[in-house]
Amino acid sequence: MTDYDQYLRLDKFPHIWCAGCGDGIVLKAILRAVDRIGIDKNDMCMVSGIGCSSRTPGYVDVNTLHTTHGRAIAFATGVKMVRPDMTVIVITGDGDATAIGGNHFIHAARRNIDITVILYNNWIYGMTGGQVSPATPPGKRASTAPYGQLEPNFDIAALAAGAGAVFVARETVARPLVLDKMIERAIRKKGFSLVEVMTPCPTAYGRRNRAGDATEMVDFLKVHSVAQAKAGSLPEEERAEAIVTGVLVDIEKPEYTEQYARLVRSLDEQVAAR
Amino acid sequence: MTRSVEPGSTVRVMSGNEACAEGALAAGCRFYAGYPITPSSEIAEVLSERLPRVGGAFIQMEDEIAAMGAIVGASLAGVKSMTATSGPGFSLKQENIGFACMAEVPCVVANVQRGGPSTGLPTMPMQGDVMQARWGTHGDHGIIALSPNSVAESFDLTVRAFNLSERYRTPVILLLDEITGHVFEKVRLPEKVETVDRKGPDEPPERYLPYRHTEDGVPPMATYGRGGYRFHVTGLNHDETGFPTNKAEEIDRLNRRLVWKIEKHRDAIIDNVADRLEDAEIAVFAYGSVSRPARLAVTEARARGIPAGLFRPRTLWPFPDREVRDLGSRVKTIVVAELNLGQMAHEVEWAVGGACQVLKVGRVDGQAMRPAQILNLIEEAARGRTLKT
Repeated sequence: MTDYDQYLRLDKFPHIWCAGCGDGIVLKAILRAVDRIGIDKNDMCMVSGIGCSSRTPGYVDVNTLHTTHGRAIAFATGVKMVRPDMTVIVITGDGDATAIGGNHFIHAARRNIDITVILYNNWIYGMTGGQVSPATPPGKRASTAPYGQLEPNFDIAALAAGAGAVFVARETVARPLVLDKMIERAIRKKGFSLVEVMTPCPTAYGRRNRAGDATEMVDFLKVHSVAQAKAGSLPEEERAEAIVTGVLVDIEKPEYTEQYARLVRSLDEQVAAR
Repeated sequence: MTRSVEPGSTVRVMSGNEACAEGALAAGCRFYAGYPITPSSEIAEVLSERLPRVGGAFIQMEDEIAAMGAIVGASLAGVKSMTATSGPGFSLKQENIGFACMAEVPCVVANVQRGGPSTGLPTMPMQGDVMQARWGTHGDHGIIALSPNSVAESFDLTVRAFNLSERYRTPVILLLDEITGHVFEKVRLPEKVETVDRKGPDEPPERYLPYRHTEDGVPPMATYGRGGYRFHVTGLNHDETGFPTNKAEEIDRLNRRLVWKIEKHRDAIIDNVADRLEDAEIAVFAYGSVSRPARLAVTEARARGIPAGLFRPRTLWPFPDREVRDLGSRVKTIVVAELNLGQMAHEVEWAVGGACQVLKVGRVDGQAMRPAQILNLIEEAARGRTLKT
């Protein structure tokens, strides 16, 4: 049983998230993963951008950095480059990471720097009042898509995989005990890892799209989840609706800060040999 | 482009951009993140070669915004950090420069100014970013900006930029221009320079307040994870604990301190070079590359019997208002020469408050200022004619 309190800044509660928000479930899953790995709080840095999800680090008693909109991965890259021994976790959302921060997201994946991104995907800009995001499914309504979203949405996990991420997983808050295992594997993985967490926003998304209350939205995630192994055998139309869960990518590639350290060593050796 | 030099020699021929990179290394910079942009890229090129040889790290980021974010992250993790850019990139960095102001993160941003607005003149000089250096990011904030006029000074002021950023927990803008960045000159690099490191906390981690309102306005700064100091950093308005606040008095206190901490130390930050001003009746106000033709113009004016002098601010922000006011009370005319259409001239006019005549000469055609342009105005002023410029 995880003692959550040891990782939390308890004086910062109650948190700012709405009733029915899934963000607290993700926070607890992260803490279970961190606890199992046994990361020293001093050796961990949690970096976020702007949005509901990005308020997570404020509640966690580690080194925390709440940056500008979309830029968490860029700031995290600076931390990781000068402290490669530190566990660096980025907390972000679908809008933060794939709209305004899309460039940093794909390049960190390409570079394969050892940062774990936990991306809370609730299909909407929650904090700013329910505007359409790159993850809003076509046809769904948002405060800036009153007639329904006309654009196709990103498959965020596929985006990370395409950009070169060595570990990509997708899970929902409907299965928190599976989620923490995914997060644990992502943190343990050397290189750029992504866990895309599907989480409900009853306030900004559910209400506009008649998705029901929080429990109904979690039920939706549960019902539409399909394990990666079974997704291939689904009929075409069902696959489009499905939330494919599980570890989608787990490959090996040289990690960037290790590559850099190798370069530094080889230059030192050249000098020593002279 | 850099030139190879004799190993161990301290006298070298190099560009202002290379001297900036050397100054950064001497000051203890051990992290650089950047994005290619003319005419600043040589700074990145030199540091990409040198940093991994001195235990530092270099990274070329995916864009200007990322580079600015990365140096803030690296600085919080305890390493002196810098980036370099030019006009369009400087525009892109502004939001994260504001973050560094708000979160009080020491770092250095070199802007090798080129022609603008927009893509402008990538390979030609202007000084059109001096106001952007002051007010480019949104909201009230104090800022420090330095402007060298030679290769040697590019080295010196880069060292100073790091020292000021560490001392006052603030980003420092280093305003070169295409001329000072690309000119090659002989320079004698000092064996050792005086460096300043940020002041660490005296109190134990459990009592540490990362944004404590100290008497000198500069809160002690811990390093992420070192010695058990774990703290929160945000761009939101925050109280002394570093956590967001909506309390009016806390918001007011922080916003005022961010401005006041620079103002309070203005005497230590401001740095002017007075050249033949003792008996001058006409003073030229010029900075960066323009101060060199300005000096020639003053010499020529003196040869023609006109008591002229040069006031050269090496710190542009905070603006040397008291010093310029004092100058205005002693001379008949101040001629402001700059590669823009009067950005600093407005500051000079405001500072002198009508105590003397202020004439402007600006150039925005991508060419260097010529001594004759400045000399003409000095001569007109000496003849007592009021000019419309």
